[in-house]
Amino acid sequence: MPAVSFANVTKTYTSPHGDVRALDDVSFDIAQGEFFGLLGPNGAGKTTLISILAGLARATAGRVAVLGHDVQAEYAAARRLLGVVPQELVFDPFFTVREALRIQSGYFGVRDNDDWIDELLANLGLADKARANMRQLSGGMKRRVLVAQALVHRPPVIVLDEPTAGVDVELRQTLWQFIARLNREGHTVLLTTHYLEEAEALCGRIAMLKQGRVVALDRTSALLAGTASTMLRFKLDKPLPPQLLANARVTGRIVQITAHDAREVESILGVLHAAGCEPEDLEIGRADLEDVFIEIMRGETPARVAA
Amino acid sequence: MSATALPSPKTETGVFAGTRTLLYKEVLRFWKVSFQTVAAPVLTAMLYLLIFGHVLEGRVKVFGTVGYTSFLIPGLVMMSVLQNAFANSSSSLIQSKITGNLVFLLVTPLSHWAWFVAYVGASVVRGAAVGAGVLLVTVWFAPLHVDNVLWIAFFTIAGAALMGALGLVAGLWAEKFDQIAAFQNFIIMPMTFLSGVFYSVKSLPPIWYEVSHLNPFFYMIDGFRHGFFGTSDVSPWTSLAVVVTSLAVICAICLHLLRIGYKIRH
Repeated sequence: MPAVSFANVTKTYTSPHGDVRALDDVSFDIAQGEFFGLLGPNGAGKTTLISILAGLARATAGRVAVLGHDVQAEYAAARRLLGVVPQELVFDPFFTVREALRIQSGYFGVRDNDDWIDELLANLGLADKARANMRQLSGGMKRRVLVAQALVHRPPVIVLDEPTAGVDVELRQTLWQFIARLNREGHTVLLTTHYLEEAEALCGRIAMLKQGRVVALDRTSALLAGTASTMLRFKLDKPLPPQLLANARVTGRIVQITAHDAREVESILGVLHAAGCEPEDLEIGRADLEDVFIEIMRGETPARVAA
Repeated sequence: MSATALPSPKTETGVFAGTRTLLYKEVLRFWKVSFQTVAAPVLTAMLYLLIFGHVLEGRVKVFGTVGYTSFLIPGLVMMSVLQNAFANSSSSLIQSKITGNLVFLLVTPLSHWAWFVAYVGASVVRGAAVGAGVLLVTVWFAPLHVDNVLWIAFFTIAGAALMGALGLVAGLWAEKFDQIAAFQNFIIMPMTFLSGVFYSVKSLPPIWYEVSHLNPFFYMIDGFRHGFFGTSDVSPWTSLAVVVTSLAVICAICLHLLRIGYKIRH
């Protein structure tokens, strides 16, 4: 039985300007124990999909289940199995950290949960903040509390919606160590993130959404292997010759161009040379997930959806 | 640390699982700011009593031999109960919606029955706490005896529950604080002020006397007052029937809206 199953999920929002299709027939399963990444540009439908999974929104059509429990028909069972870290940095200003965690635990019907709460506080570096009011915490600390709140009822499936947006390096490290450990211990993790290096490092399998549709779904290693595997990076003071612009990513002086093989690298260098450009700090490396992502979002490769 | 998903043996399930925690949280929420949520309305009610009691004592005829200040006290108590019960559920919900922390509830297995019982229950607790506070500070100003404590208890609880449920409906419907304020200022306030808190409806011109009988708040105040004086504008049984019917209608609407996730689950 899959940990999470999306079957033909469609979501249409009605607005004064007409219907907006946020999700269009999305189907995929996440196996138990997977560390799964859900990627896509802003507005691709990632948060909508997670909202439907968590019960914050309802699908217009299709079925979503958590460990076999339909999120609508058996919402109580489904939500007990799910821990959701929301994207927005929300908090209840009336309570201390410990009160917030005890209350969240109680909502799930779990009482006398202080041993586990203490463990969560210790693992997320919050032990000395247990008595602090939520208002007094910094953004990073509030984010840690959100993670603790999502885990307080020990859910087997953990959903993290952009958990490291605007978070400092130290917390990112702490958080990923902790989540990776939970994953090793058997928890299923569904992650959305804008930091593609995080997704590449952590996720065994990745789905990419674009305009509400799944445009890529495969093992991370297969996605990396299947597209342009070579990346040419250099610095350039002159404008890039126009014939290279289509495949290039330019960030200030830094230029990155994808190439499929050595011959293509040679031809790129030839074009540069002919245009009188002198690339500095030239390096040839393996394409990373960001390159794959950009290539797929540009629609250069046909949808790569592994069965 | 165990990664097993097995619920601990103390996990409650069922339609009311978690209700106690949500009720506790809702009570703790207003209690932490009780200066504003309990003390302030008690002070307001006392000011009403001092001013209206001073100006009108001996000038306005109410029930037989009952003095005006004695008459006014139960009216003020009930008015405070009703307004604060409404304020509790409506402001809690709108705050959670606007700050976004309603998500903590939305992701839980809490059923619509659990939401309903907890929010309305906390409204009853707040209404009763404020009512008790008002009674405690005003009872020294005029003789007041209790004719039947059961009527007092019934109208306090039913009236506060009705207003708590109404506050929940308003909180679900509203998208901004302004809308809650408008609901409070243009519906709740006029209906409570025109319900006979400050006067006996028998003193009104015939047309307004009739109109007052269409106001459910009138029956809540009148029935509550009956518990103190043993006399009232209409029979307490009529008031009971009106309050129970209104309560049933509002609760049905409220439960329906919670069940469909009206304006909270998109």
